[in-house]
Amino acid sequence: MELGFSAIFRRDLLLAFRHRAEIANPVIFFLIVVTLVPLGLTPEASRLAEIAPGILWVMALLASLLSVEGMFQSDYRDGTLEQMIILPQPLYLMVLAKILVHWLVTGLPLTLLAPVLGMMLSLPEAGYLPLVFSLLMGTAVLSLVGAIGAALTVALKKGGLLLSLIVMPLYMPALIFGASTVQRAVDGFSVDGPLAVLGALLAFSLLVSPFATAGALRVSMHG
Amino acid sequence: MSQLFSWKWFHRLGSPRWFYQTSGKWLPWLSMLATGLLLVGLCWGLAFAPQDAKQGNSFRIIYIHVPASFLALAGYYVMAIAGAIGLIWKMKLADMVMKSAAPIGAVLTFVALVTGAIWGKPTWGTYWVWDARITSMLVLLFLYLGVIALQYSYSSQDAASKASAVLSLVGMVNIPIIYKSVDWWYTLHQPATIKFTEAPSMHPDMFQPLLVMILGFYCFYAVALILNTRVEVLCRERRTRWVQELVASKCT
Repeated sequence: MELGFSAIFRRDLLLAFRHRAEIANPVIFFLIVVTLVPLGLTPEASRLAEIAPGILWVMALLASLLSVEGMFQSDYRDGTLEQMIILPQPLYLMVLAKILVHWLVTGLPLTLLAPVLGMMLSLPEAGYLPLVFSLLMGTAVLSLVGAIGAALTVALKKGGLLLSLIVMPLYMPALIFGASTVQRAVDGFSVDGPLAVLGALLAFSLLVSPFATAGALRVSMHG
Repeated sequence: MSQLFSWKWFHRLGSPRWFYQTSGKWLPWLSMLATGLLLVGLCWGLAFAPQDAKQGNSFRIIYIHVPASFLALAGYYVMAIAGAIGLIWKMKLADMVMKSAAPIGAVLTFVALVTGAIWGKPTWGTYWVWDARITSMLVLLFLYLGVIALQYSYSSQDAASKASAVLSLVGMVNIPIIYKSVDWWYTLHQPATIKFTEAPSMHPDMFQPLLVMILGFYCFYAVALILNTRVEVLCRERRTRWVQELVASKCT
């Protein structure tokens, strides 16, 4: 049982490191869109600080959304997905491995980059640690939820826009609690509540999402 | 016992032909009931119910707004449960019901949002507030639109049904979470002084027509769903003999 999980995990991680440019893309996207904010709104530090928690979270969400499209795409095109489905291994675990790798190569770098961008948006000091913690859990939720959408649209030729349409409403709880964690920390309140809810969202989506994703993949493959 | 509790009705329900014929018999009665209830409710609500002490006549939009919101939400559950039945028992009819329920639900959600905005202007002084309920209705509309978009983007009908069933089930799990989180987010933000100026309990004279309207909307929803599903049945079964015979008999 663990064979399927670890094999897929190692393979996907290896594939990701062979395509380093693709790992860099979401991170660069995150950097660029955050740069757009002062250009479009105001370079004034006090006003940027006000909106920084929300902007950082929204941009991280968009970066994660864009990267989630490719989660199953190459496997679908070269037939690996078909082989995965007929393997005598639980698809749940294999899907979980793929999602975990996706998080490791997109969610984690985004999380690590976020404090730097927070500095550029003059995020108040109290917000940094909550930002990292909330993104650490939040991006995992985004990867898990996004996987369902990616699996549903993988067989479609122009799935990208549809994927965002499907997935974004499902992203909203994570965004609400993620952004409010940072906001509350900046305002000087305790962040235990929203962080706990993010943890609950993570636990719940960890349980449900690979199951739904596996079902969606079967639908995409066999109709 | 086995005869008493037979699954025959359930299996029969799986036959689109049986559904088409039975619903054809019910439809005139149901539409009459829906029209009657809606007419009575509207006349009663718009002309005879007393004015609201604070809002005057503008509150009367409640007789459209509340039933539409009710059914927007109930419609999602109808869609998702039909989708689940289609996935689990591979029932063709359930897939058709799911496909037909999506646009009706989306339209009702839209009606609820628009009437809410129109109502908001005289009561709150603004068309749009990022209130917890309004926001979660908007998210519900997005969920509907996602299901509809997915439904039309697959070339294979079977895959489209299964995919949108999976999506509507995921959405159904998410609706309470989204609702709760938006609610929580709203209380956290504590925006402005605008409040729901609704009285905690309605006067019976106002409530009774509302009840009639809600019942009327339920019947209307059933009629719309049946009509949509009948079209879907004919469309998908167009190659079967009974549909061709039906069409031939209507044409001559």
